Amino acid sequence: MSGPLLKDSYELAVVGAGPAGMAAATQAAELGIETVVFDEQAMPGGQIYRSMNETPLRDPAILGEAYWRGAALVEAFQRSAAQYVPQATVWTVSREGEIGVSVGGAVRLLRAKRVVLATGALERPFPIGGWTLPGVMTAGAAQILLKSAAMVGSGRVVLAGTGPLLWLLAAQYLRAGGALTAILETTPRGNLGRALAHLPGFLASGYLREGFALLGEVRRRANLVRSVIALRAGGGDRLTDVTYRTAGGLEVTLRADILLLHQGVVPNLNLAVAIGCKHVWNEVQLCFVPVLDAWGQSSVETVAIAGDGGGIAGAVAAEARGHLAALDAACRLGSIDAAARDRLAATHVGALREAQRGRRFLDRLFRPAKRFRLARGRTLVCRCEEVTARQVRDAAALERIGPNQLKAFLRCGMGPCQGRLCGLTVTEMLADAHGVSPDDIGYYRLRPPVKPITVGELASLPKSEADIAAVERS
Amino acid sequence: MFRRLPDAAVTLVTIAVDGLAVSARAGETVAAALLAAGFGAFRTTPASGSSRGPYCMMGVCFDCLVAVDGVGSRQACLVQVREGMRIETQRGRRPVGP
Repeated sequence: MSGPLLKDSYELAVVGAGPAGMAAATQAAELGIETVVFDEQAMPGGQIYRSMNETPLRDPAILGEAYWRGAALVEAFQRSAAQYVPQATVWTVSREGEIGVSVGGAVRLLRAKRVVLATGALERPFPIGGWTLPGVMTAGAAQILLKSAAMVGSGRVVLAGTGPLLWLLAAQYLRAGGALTAILETTPRGNLGRALAHLPGFLASGYLREGFALLGEVRRRANLVRSVIALRAGGGDRLTDVTYRTAGGLEVTLRADILLLHQGVVPNLNLAVAIGCKHVWNEVQLCFVPVLDAWGQSSVETVAIAGDGGGIAGAVAAEARGHLAALDAACRLGSIDAAARDRLAATHVGALREAQRGRRFLDRLFRPAKRFRLARGRTLVCRCEEVTARQVRDAAALERIGPNQLKAFLRCGMGPCQGRLCGLTVTEMLADAHGVSPDDIGYYRLRPPVKPITVGELASLPKSEADIAAVERS
Repeated sequence: MFRRLPDAAVTLVTIAVDGLAVSARAGETVAAALLAAGFGAFRTTPASGSSRGPYCMMGVCFDCLVAVDGVGSRQACLVQVREGMRIETQRGRRPVGP
């Protein structure tokens, strides 16, 4: 599956080796397409199936059935003829398919006729006071430590937020013998009523049984606090306490060693935005999503997007979307005709429809509250450049500014994370301040490199005599 | 802050963190090894000097930056430990140049 040497060109390049990327690469390789897969991690699986081959956890029951579903997918990918390049960071893709990737401290440029982006999801920013303190992490981070290093939080562990991952992590921690001091649930009270309209789809989905079993398991064994409407992490050099207020007016401060935050996941869109793929605001999922056709084809001719990077739908849907993107790529590359593509796609279209049942219900039930999406006062919005909510509000009050002017005014979004942890907060805060839709505000303009690379890495690029002559002074 | 669960037989490696010998499990990331060894803060920020540690563990937040074998500002959550690896926590900006 993996080969040491990178070629100068491929028919298909896949970015990301989570469920969508693995499925796309396996499918394409099966059709005889020369495929390369770049992934930042050391092992395939993405975050959802992280460490599938080598998790040091002794008890497979801790992670649950949904995790082990990924084993077959990882195995098929590893058996495939696709070239897998781990620990590789793709920092640019051009509209023409030129790819810049950093592997082992050296940079390579290569070409692909077509590109499938399978960059997955990241956790929505959760800007509360003290969220930058050591000891405050995301629920996803804790889950990664569990899967990849068999580690659980010790001492007083507090979970806070909303969304399926919060409950899943709580159950996994309890199964692993970890103690939870409290679960502070921020799900707004009105959500259930709005979700009920979509109950039939949810009832027909597999989420129902799984979800109820999970909630039951956690509720019996954890101190659950509902209707939390304010949350703050306290401490000097590290987290020492968590203060919350409930809708009933109760204010409590808990001592805490670890605070794990989560309020849903959103597409990891930096690369797609930098390429120029058109995105629009999704008011239900509260994030920007790329404009795609049923195959995942983006507004850029050479680029398709599969999996959660194309809009949140979960791992099973991601796998189906990976197959669909690969089949369409094969058709566009001339390996198969449209009739063969459609015939091969049928089972995946069915699987996708099945996997998306119940999604509307979940999206509405776990839609995070505005008070936790928009930051206030001295709370940091931009963690990298340490820009506060007040600074953002004050700048917005001066004139009708967008996210890119905010960079010039405040350096907001200009640190190493390149807006990944503040982009949505900034767009929503500006939309709120100006009384317009996030679509009218837009997102940060992103440019390559989408992840920092050193000048030394760039200098490692092979140079021809002509390249050198072009920049040398005589 | 984080503890290791009983696990399958593992290979241990030794890394140096700010000159201290730290035992780590082969295959895990530098971030996991440091958290298991009790390091909460990995660096202080260039902007205000406040302490930071890992937040996302998946390569997007850049709060776990450390120097690895003399190369500054590496994402500790994306680098795997190796026997004899030298890790330094960072204060403020990473030094540039020789």
